[in-house]
Amino acid sequence: MSRIEVLKTYKIYIGGKFPRTESGRYYQPEAKGNVLGNICLSSRKDFRNAVVAARSAQGGWSAKSAYNRSQILYRIAEILEGRKTQFSEELIQQGSKKAQAEKEVDLSIDRLIYFAGWCDKYTQIFSSVNPVASSHFNFSVPEPTGVVAILSPEESGLLGLISQIAPTIAGGNTCVVLASENKPLCSITLAEVLSTSDVPGGVINILTGNRKELIPHFAAHMDVNALVYCGDNSAEIKTIHEAAVDNLKRVMIRDGGGYVSDKYENPYLISSLQETKTTWHPIEKIGAAGSGY
Amino acid sequence: MKNKIDYSSDWNLDPAPESTSHIKLKKKYELFIGGKWVKPKSGKYFATINPATEQKISDVAEAGQADVDAAVKAAKKAYDTVWSKLSGKERGKYIYRIARLIQEKAREFSVIESLDSGKVIRESRDIDIPLAAAHFFYYAGWADKLEFAFPNRQPKSLGVAAQITPWNFPMLMIAWKIAPALAAGNTVVLKPAETTSLTALKLAEVIQEAGLPDGVVNIVTGYGKTGAMMVEHKDVAKVAFTGSTGVGKIIMKSISGTNKKSTMELGGKAANIIFEDAPLDQAVEGVINGIYFNQGHVCCAGSRLFVQESVYEIVIRKLKDRMESLYVGDPMDKNTDIGAINSKKQLDVINEYIKIGKEEGAEIYQTKCTLPKKGYWCKPTLFTNVAQSNRIAQEEIFGPVLAIQTFRTVDEVITKANNTPYGLSAGVWTDKGSKIFNLTSQLKAGVVWANTYNKFDPTSPFGGYKESGHGREGGLHGLEPYLKFD
Repeated sequence: MSRIEVLKTYKIYIGGKFPRTESGRYYQPEAKGNVLGNICLSSRKDFRNAVVAARSAQGGWSAKSAYNRSQILYRIAEILEGRKTQFSEELIQQGSKKAQAEKEVDLSIDRLIYFAGWCDKYTQIFSSVNPVASSHFNFSVPEPTGVVAILSPEESGLLGLISQIAPTIAGGNTCVVLASENKPLCSITLAEVLSTSDVPGGVINILTGNRKELIPHFAAHMDVNALVYCGDNSAEIKTIHEAAVDNLKRVMIRDGGGYVSDKYENPYLISSLQETKTTWHPIEKIGAAGSGY
Repeated sequence: MKNKIDYSSDWNLDPAPESTSHIKLKKKYELFIGGKWVKPKSGKYFATINPATEQKISDVAEAGQADVDAAVKAAKKAYDTVWSKLSGKERGKYIYRIARLIQEKAREFSVIESLDSGKVIRESRDIDIPLAAAHFFYYAGWADKLEFAFPNRQPKSLGVAAQITPWNFPMLMIAWKIAPALAAGNTVVLKPAETTSLTALKLAEVIQEAGLPDGVVNIVTGYGKTGAMMVEHKDVAKVAFTGSTGVGKIIMKSISGTNKKSTMELGGKAANIIFEDAPLDQAVEGVINGIYFNQGHVCCAGSRLFVQESVYEIVIRKLKDRMESLYVGDPMDKNTDIGAINSKKQLDVINEYIKIGKEEGAEIYQTKCTLPKKGYWCKPTLFTNVAQSNRIAQEEIFGPVLAIQTFRTVDEVITKANNTPYGLSAGVWTDKGSKIFNLTSQLKAGVVWANTYNKFDPTSPFGGYKESGHGREGGLHGLEPYLKFD
């Protein structure tokens, strides 16, 4: 008699912990006629809890040295490398062909390495010393926007997800991510990788659930600084733009698929979730230089 | 305090008025569309007045839908047929011409600016107009160097930019808008604020004189509804707005679901922080400049003062003494420090907040100066005993009203300073370098002035965090909102 397989309970990831949704609800996405599992149908309350976790983690994460952030991103890639088979199998379960699944996992790891390398470099690319006419030292630096809500790509459950998370956290932001609704398995397994990769709890929070239900809450939350939407549904984009106005969230509209392309490897994905801060200070002999205070 | 000067006694300077004889103003201004002055199809005009005298200066056209359509059409035609085909080098040379012509006519521009806005001549002459020219000069040089500003990105222009500017720095804000837009290769429809149209219309004459191709810059005048028509126009690719957070949100709602790019320079409620180890006399100068510069009509004004408890008494005494020495009155007088409030409407807003402050239990201090009988005026005002929750400490007043609070520790003042939906600017006063860097890195604001305040430069990016808006104006960073990338 063959062995009885142990089935997995899929959870969500908030503040470094793995709860089921507070709502008690679930849904059953299918692929190739098979039910993938009883996946958490996260609620508005789950999202709000995740934002609280992301906000409390933000100060500590952005205060870490760029070198340290870089090592932590690299560490995620290391751990992911060791669990390649599991991710491939999940991608196959979700409908990918074997070769395609393996390629997606490889690219995902490489993309993490790519952004790990940017952590201590983008600041130099996007900073400037500004030659003002008065006698002041003046410079501009990028700073993380803060808490970023991400509606990740529906068609790319692992690579698309990582392509959004990596530049966001490389730049010192924390995030709350809604996983692909129909291909959620890798997102949950990724959370397990994250929790063993030195990523502080709350830096990345991952929810599963119904995109349509959660979009208005993602867009309207007053303590979210920026929102990334991956997709091209014009009605959803309009809803997001309108709701984001209340606290003037920064809104980024990005692709729903096509993440195999290396166009997702550039530092502008980091800089789009940064603010520019400009600092002035007088230089000695202010009066003589005519700058005044 | 035996040797203290009694400023309320006979401490007056002789009048030193700037002459207005050399300026040329028309009695009636039409719209500047497609390189020509055209009568508004709306048939409507409104008066622009001198807020220091309440006298009419000129009549200005009010653009309606047909006029806005014509302006956008002219801008689109100019973009499609001329401007987008011109090399960056040639574009730059046109912008340099504009910069030079503003410099040549600087005196005329500054006098008109002060007449129309109530701003003191010292500021329009020494700050607004020179900086406006400098902005054109700076961005002119970028026009043929965009590829170097954005490596590996192939920057491209957007098309027609709809730009709406405020009344507090009329000419300077126009320069902040038009210069980068043109350098990036866009064409422009610009609407100045309704109370301060004249320098924009004077700039239209400069643009004609510079020989800029017809329609590259179009200037339409009118109220908010004219602005709304511009923002909503289907052929507009870019919206740039400077003004209140309230109006900014209305604009963002109206362009939601579209591909229009936007830059929003909105309100602020900046913290200006004095530590006990600060050079106090300099700090007091900075606080005065922070809140009373331009009658407090400054989005980045240091309107919330935080003073460390140990030096509170002495700072307040010095501040009050310095306030008493401020000259309030005729903006055209070269000795005047504080001019007229820009409009009756704004004066009402300020007075309402002063009333609110008193009702909330804060303690008011206003200088003893005498105000002219005609015109709109507000005495330099400060409030002590202010609570963090008071509306005068939370909301933007946009007038010469300072709300003062105290603090004990660094962490406390950072928390208080950041406790606002705004994030435009902040100020820090201390002699200790490590403290400066701690503060400047923790304050959530787009511009932080350390041991200085209210300084501006074309090379220096300006813009806010959070509800103070998005996008930057000035510097290399100021080009990006006017470009798209592959």
